[in-house]
Amino acid sequence: MTDTVGIVIVSHSKDIAKGTADMVRQMVGSEVTVAFCGGDPDGGLGTNVSLIIDAINRAWSPKGVAVLVDLGGAETNSEMAVEMLQPERRGLVAVCNAPIVEGAVMAATEAAGGSSLEQVKAVAEELSAD
Amino acid sequence: MSVMSIQEEKLKKLVKAAAEQVIASAPKLTALDQAIGDGDHGTNMKRGFEAVLGKLDAIAAQPLDEAFKSIGKTLVMTVGGASGPLYGSFFMAVGDALSRDKQLPEDLADVFGSGVGAVSARGRSQPGEKTMLDVLVPVLATLQADAGRPDLIARVRATASDALARTAPMQATKGRASFLGARSIGHVDPGAQSSCVLLHAVCDTLEARP
Repeated sequence: MTDTVGIVIVSHSKDIAKGTADMVRQMVGSEVTVAFCGGDPDGGLGTNVSLIIDAINRAWSPKGVAVLVDLGGAETNSEMAVEMLQPERRGLVAVCNAPIVEGAVMAATEAAGGSSLEQVKAVAEELSAD
Repeated sequence: MSVMSIQEEKLKKLVKAAAEQVIASAPKLTALDQAIGDGDHGTNMKRGFEAVLGKLDAIAAQPLDEAFKSIGKTLVMTVGGASGPLYGSFFMAVGDALSRDKQLPEDLADVFGSGVGAVSARGRSQPGEKTMLDVLVPVLATLQADAGRPDLIARVRATASDALARTAPMQATKGRASFLGARSIGHVDPGAQSSCVLLHAVCDTLEARP
């Protein structure tokens, strides 16, 4: 399981994050580790740095982790979470500029083939190229 | 029981005032954010600063640089919105500047500037985009230009108020408000408002000191 890039889904809504993860698992299968989180520290809509850190660590692979986010704060909080990881993990996490559902499916599909983190990120980000 | 140092006492007073003012203005911040953002700025800031207040004794008991880093980290971990990493980065960068070679109050402008730089880097944003930077950057300019003047505090307060008002006619190009395009014009920015609240709380507390 650890020879594919891991996928983390970060949404303001735990339901969206979970639903996206369900879609990835169904469409791509279980060879890619998918972790998700959503909601602010009180359980409302929002994002939460410590939950993001936990999700990244759950999806951890020596090949790295690609993070898919929804709106602004999810991205900012994910970047913050990356900086708060153990130093040796920080360079192995990519926050992708891609739509969350399509990006997660594309990233996971690419990851399932054993691609590098750079390739996984690039494939997800092709979706927002035009 | 140990005796509190003067620095510890001052820091507690400042942080307490800033946190209480942010918490008191939460409904206003939320109302502004409902107009041009996603409506959670007040709730998020209140949660973050309540967490800071809850740990204030432990925070203030540390050396000054570590105290600022703790404030920043607490905000990052508890605010929940984009303002958590933004304000968190501000305070962590202030702490880092103090850990390197900077001193307060001598290097106030430099230390504040480190914080402002961190906000700009974290948000990949510049002044003029209708964000908290539209208050923080003018205040930094005042700190640089007017350091040592007896009326510095009054000047900082006025700069923050004027800069906040100037965010109203701006069109947002960063953050959630940017989706509104021209409809973001006419409201002051919620992040600029919370920065102004924090700065005013600090100014009021410093002036009230015997």
